[in-house]
Order: sequence, then structure tokens, then C-alpha cells
Amino acid sequence: MRRFKDRLALWLGALSAMLAMIPLISILYEAVKNGASTLNVDFLTASPGVIGQPGGGIGPAIQGTLVLVGLTVIIGVPLGVLSGIYLSEFGDNPIGRVIRFLNDVLAEFPSVVIGVVIFTLVVLTLRSFSVIAGAFALSIIMLPIVTRSTEESLKLVPNSIRDASMALGIRKWRTTLSVVLATAKSGVVTGILLAIARVAGETAPLVFTILGSQYFFSSLNTTMDALPLRIYRLALLPYPYAQAQGWGAALVLILMVLVINIGVRLATRGRLYSTRSRA
Amino acid sequence: MTLDLQTEEKQPLSRDEVLQPLRTLENSKVRTEDLDAWYGNNQVLKKLNIEAREHSVTAIIGPSGCGKSTFIRCLNRMHELVPRAKISGRVILDGSDIYAKGVDPVTIRRRVGMVFQKPNPFPTMSVYDNVAAGLRLNGERNHSVLDRAVQQSLELAFLWDEVKGDLDKSGASLSGGQQQRLCIARALAVEPEVILMDEPCSALDPTATAKIEELIASIKGNYTVVIVTHNMQQAARVSDFTAFLYLGQLIEYGETTSLFENPVEELTERYLTGKFG
Repeated sequence: MRRFKDRLALWLGALSAMLAMIPLISILYEAVKNGASTLNVDFLTASPGVIGQPGGGIGPAIQGTLVLVGLTVIIGVPLGVLSGIYLSEFGDNPIGRVIRFLNDVLAEFPSVVIGVVIFTLVVLTLRSFSVIAGAFALSIIMLPIVTRSTEESLKLVPNSIRDASMALGIRKWRTTLSVVLATAKSGVVTGILLAIARVAGETAPLVFTILGSQYFFSSLNTTMDALPLRIYRLALLPYPYAQAQGWGAALVLILMVLVINIGVRLATRGRLYSTRSRA
Repeated sequence: MTLDLQTEEKQPLSRDEVLQPLRTLENSKVRTEDLDAWYGNNQVLKKLNIEAREHSVTAIIGPSGCGKSTFIRCLNRMHELVPRAKISGRVILDGSDIYAKGVDPVTIRRRVGMVFQKPNPFPTMSVYDNVAAGLRLNGERNHSVLDRAVQQSLELAFLWDEVKGDLDKSGASLSGGQQQRLCIARALAVEPEVILMDEPCSALDPTATAKIEELIASIKGNYTVVIVTHNMQQAARVSDFTAFLYLGQLIEYGETTSLFENPVEELTERYLTGKFG
């Protein structure tokens, strides 16, 4: 009987894991089936064509997404990681609790609301849709995810590790950065990657900030295209070629997130220090 | 500030009583003067006057919860890292109070190193990086200095021969006893004057324990060692002086041989013969 329960639990677990894979696989399958035929160099690099006529590509959208995600990472990751460090290492006080609460609230904000807020604060103030407004909006979406995951990863580092470092006469900030953060590195990186994947696919805030464009990136204070926006626009067109292009763009977005994910993991796999000069 | 918790209990020895037999020798490295320590409102050390002499091993023994670990954590200012921990009294290292105003606890911790109960190598660092951590994170960048310090410290910790081919391996991949010796090497690498050991063998098997005891005997000529131990035989084997703590008070302090053979206090005798604790 006990063995039966054991088996049952194992199979239920395995079954749930497989069920959870179904949406993932079906999305990938649909994207490949409908979109793979459109993929070629021209599609990846050309500007969008005239609406209603086959041809044209998603070059500006790919470039736009890279620019946008890059700027978002530059703004959001340092702030998020530092906030996470503060909350984990110094946040056991009323201020820390308030910040943690607000951060959790922020994480649950609908992204469209963040888009509207940035529209009011930045776009209306500058009197123009802009790349920088888009990066602000995405940073605000990214910030709580990175903060939370950094805090949780650092809290998993046992106190004995902090004690060992402090007892060596290493200062608190050094201990935090070079010992605690280094120990928690893979968790922190995972959090950042999840946040990147999340913001790379955001569409709603972009409608209010970078708006979309037919052209390649020109400057930070004007409109720009991005893959989610392009997918949205293509999907709304009543032409079969456009919908196929939409699937192709979706496939590209999925692959981009995948490549960023693998790339960052490979790049951060090494140690914080090169071990020593090998004679 | 002092909570009066000791009305019914035996008065602890006064400082003069403890220090009298040692006064003539004048080679005290660390000594505490009326050291009290609290966690919140709970007083765990009461008016402790204990001395550790240079180039000798001082053992702190006593039943669980008697304040042994807290006591040595006061000697390198690690106690104050615990939230709501307090301290009063003085800890004199080489003639000056480490709790005096303006003393940077970080400089004290470089002079007074510590080895913990459970081996705690930095899990993401290699063997080499673990030993070099103290120097490197305090700014030492010179590779030959680091290489030399790493080799010397590993040799002192009797670990060099076992790991010299695997310096790039993760410190966490070593066996428990090796990890503890790695932690000792890591503490020695910053060249402290005093080494505090908080039950360093309690997580180790008898062979690994014997290695560490041998190591302690071999380094004591150059360092001052204070070791907390649960194991009375270990205290008898490794130490020159022993302090017996009970409920946060010093019951007896003296040369290890005389304390073990002719304890003055009845409580000490009962503890040593296993009647309690």
C-alpha cells in the first residue's frame, strides 16, 4: 500500500509536469508551423513593406527590441539588484518592511497602467513618444521582479557564510558583494533573466510610449518599433501573408529570449575572480 | 545596566583571584575584565575574568548553553553582529581594550581569527580562493604574495599535501575534516595573532578530530589559541589552561593538568566526572 502511494505521487508529479509542458510545446509548434516559412535574411533585416502587399520585414522591430531591452537592463538591473541587497542584508526594520510591501504591490501592477502613467509623466511632458519613455516603463516592470528575486536568493545564503567572511576582517559591504552576492549569483542571474523575458514580451506599455514605427532606430527621443508591437500590428491585418509574418516575428521573439538566456548563463558561469596566474 | 540574576548563585571569582597565580608571568595576550553579555534581556555572561596567554592553548569547557560560544565571540567582536546583542566590561588585547571608543571591529577581527563549529568554506570559491579570500577581499592583488600565503597556510593546516593538485576544485567538494582544515587555513592566511575555535571538531569523526588536535599543537608556538569544546578529553589533550563556565559564570580557571586532576570547586569536579552537563 505504501509503495502504491509512493508510485501514485511520483506519477501524479510527472503527469503535472507533462501537462505544464503542453502549452509551451503547442505555442512553439504553432509559431514554427505558421512562422518558419517567412524566416529569411530579408525578413529579418528589411523594413516593413506597404500594407496589403506581401514583402517587407521586421528589421526595425528586432533592432528596437534589442535597444529597448538593453536600456531597460541598464536602468532596471542595477537598481533592482541594489534594492534586493538592501532588503535582504539591511532591510530588517520598518523602512525595509515598507519598501518590501510597496515592491510587491508594484510587481502586481497591470503593465498597461504603468504604460499610462509613463505616458502622462514622460510622453506628455516631453511632448513626444520616445524610446526613453519605453525604457522607463519596462524598467518599472522589471524592477520589482529583480528586487524580489535578488532578495530571496541572498536570503538563501546561510548566515555561517556571512560570519566566516566577517570573522576574516572583511568589511560588511565587501562581504555582501564579494561573498554573499557571489554565493547567490546563479539565483540572482535567473531572476534577471526571467525579468528580461517578461519585459521583452510586454506590448501594452509600448503602445503608450514608443508607439511603433516603420523605420530603424534613430534617436532616444522619438518613436521606435519593437517585436511585440509589430506582432500585434501584423496580427490585426486581414492578409494571410501578414499573419504569417506575425507568426514569424513571434518565433523570432521567442528565439531571442532563448538566446539571451543561454548567453547570459554561459557568460556568468565562470568564477567572480580568475583563480590565479598559472605559472 | 547589570541585571541582578545571581543573588542565589555562587559569586564568580573576582579578577584578582583569577589572575593572582599568573601575574608574575606577564604574558597575557587576551584577557577579559568583568565581561557581561546579553542577547536582548537575557544575560548569558556574568562578570567573566578569563585570560588567554600568548603561545598557549586555552580551553573553555562547560555544559551546553553555559555561554562558551558567546564568550569567544566577544573576543573578536563577532557577538555584536547578532541583533539585540549587548556587552559590557572590557576585553584587553595586547594591553588595549578592543571595545574602547574608536576601535574598528574589522581591524580586531583581522588580529583575532575564528574557526566555526560547522565547516563553512565559501561554497562558490575554489580551495585556493577560499584561502586567499581574506587577503584578496582586503585588497591584496599580488599573485606571488597570494600564492605564498595560500601554500603556507595550507601547510600549517596540514592540508597542502592533500589538495596541492586540486587548488582549483571547489572548497565544498572536500571531505568534512578537510573542509574544517581549509577553514583553519583560511583563518591563518590573514596572519592573525589569536585563533578562536568554536567546537571545531564537533561535526567531525575521530580521525579528522585527531588531525585538528595535532594541528593545534603544532601552531600554538606562533599563535594564541582559545578553543571551546564539549569534549573534556579534548580539552585535557590540547590545552595548557582551562576555564570551566557554568550558567555564564566562571567557576574555575587554571592550568589544565591541575584543573583536571585537582579541581578546587566541587561543581568542576562533578562536571568533570560526568555527574551533570
